Amino acid sequence: MIPYYYLASIALIVIGIYVVIAKKNLIKIIIGLDLMDTGVNLLLIAIGYVKGGTAPIENANYALYVDPIPQALVLTAIVIGVSVMALALSMVIGLYKNIGTLEIDELRRVKE
Amino acid sequence: MKRIVAAILAILIFIVLALAFVKIPFGNINLSDYHYYNPITDKQTSDSVPQHYLVDGKKDTGSTNIVTAVVVDYRGFDTLGEVTVLFLAATGVGSIMYIFEKEKRRKVRRANAVVETASQLLFGFIVLFGAYIFVHGHLTPGGGFPGGAVIASAFLLLYLAYPRFHAEHKTLNVAESLAGLTFVIAGLLGLLISGSFLYNFLPFGVPTYLFSAGIIPVIYVAVGVKVGSELTGIVDAMMGVRE
Amino acid sequence: MDLFTLVSLILIIAMLIAAVVAAELKDLLSAAVALGVVSLIVSILFYILQAPDVAITEASIGAGLSMAVLIFAIKHTERWEK
Repeated sequence: MIPYYYLASIALIVIGIYVVIAKKNLIKIIIGLDLMDTGVNLLLIAIGYVKGGTAPIENANYALYVDPIPQALVLTAIVIGVSVMALALSMVIGLYKNIGTLEIDELRRVKE
Repeated sequence: MKRIVAAILAILIFIVLALAFVKIPFGNINLSDYHYYNPITDKQTSDSVPQHYLVDGKKDTGSTNIVTAVVVDYRGFDTLGEVTVLFLAATGVGSIMYIFEKEKRRKVRRANAVVETASQLLFGFIVLFGAYIFVHGHLTPGGGFPGGAVIASAFLLLYLAYPRFHAEHKTLNVAESLAGLTFVIAGLLGLLISGSFLYNFLPFGVPTYLFSAGIIPVIYVAVGVKVGSELTGIVDAMMGVRE
Repeated sequence: MDLFTLVSLILIIAMLIAAVVAAELKDLLSAAVALGVVSLIVSILFYILQAPDVAITEASIGAGLSMAVLIFAIKHTERWEK
């Protein structure tokens, strides 16, 4: 039996992969990349969970804490994710201002 | 046709990833069960890395929030790299959007009086809350990254309410550069005093007090100001020129 | 089935529905809002999994800033996907 948190985050990653492969709009592809990013973050946090544990902040009433390392990784990954998404979106805006389309098929035609 | 192939591929990836996670338990792990192989002494120790952080973290760094201790102290050099990536992305967004600034100015309607007055009243409180989050990063949940994001969302509120509002670019640049400089100088002082980069050279004080944990609050305030000004710069660049 | 499982399952199902909506809608503006909903529910899940630091970050960045950046980009380009 696979834990449902793992299944949910893998489902998010797979929805993102499907969007990146199947869709033809550039902004839609960036939305798919952001879905994959969120899924990976949820997977990392779920692996570090300990049943009955509390947040890794000094607490006299608890003896059991969850794993702090995945939380430290994800904390920075979220901020990096939004800035990289903004960079990709600004490139898409530049493309639209120069060529006037967002669809990959039409972009391929422009090249020829 | 392409959609069907993509769906089949996605289902295959789902099955493979799900099978890979069958053996990994959820919630039933004991953190002291991970064994740590020390390559220097060529021995297996019974002390795992997360267990070491949780047990000795307060003694090593003086911070009660172990996540902050890992982000700023144990892996501080890593955080310096992450902040550099953020700086590069913000610079890229600014330079790409700058090319299109001169083309045409969009006309924007004024927001109504309720939004204008409420954002004027709320702006100070939201900035204060962001500053609270990053000043208390070593004691309570939060820290430089969430605090900077909260400050940037306060500026976003002003951008949405006032069509003519623009953050002063020079002030943003100066704040961002000074914060980055503080981080690097704190690291170099550690190198000078004890011989290792980002060494925690200030006295730890009493844990759970505001002035404790050595250089952790200094670095987290610097990270907060840096993240806040960079995200504000990204919002400013993406908004474009309006009239 | 305890409370942890029940609340988690409800939130996970809502999250997956919002993710499918964000993936399938032709209106990019609605897709951006659905992406914000996914981020908001994931931030609640982080809080349930005892990660308050990450929950604060995800709530302010995923549901606030990233949605705003996406909407600005859609305003500079086209709203409808062909």
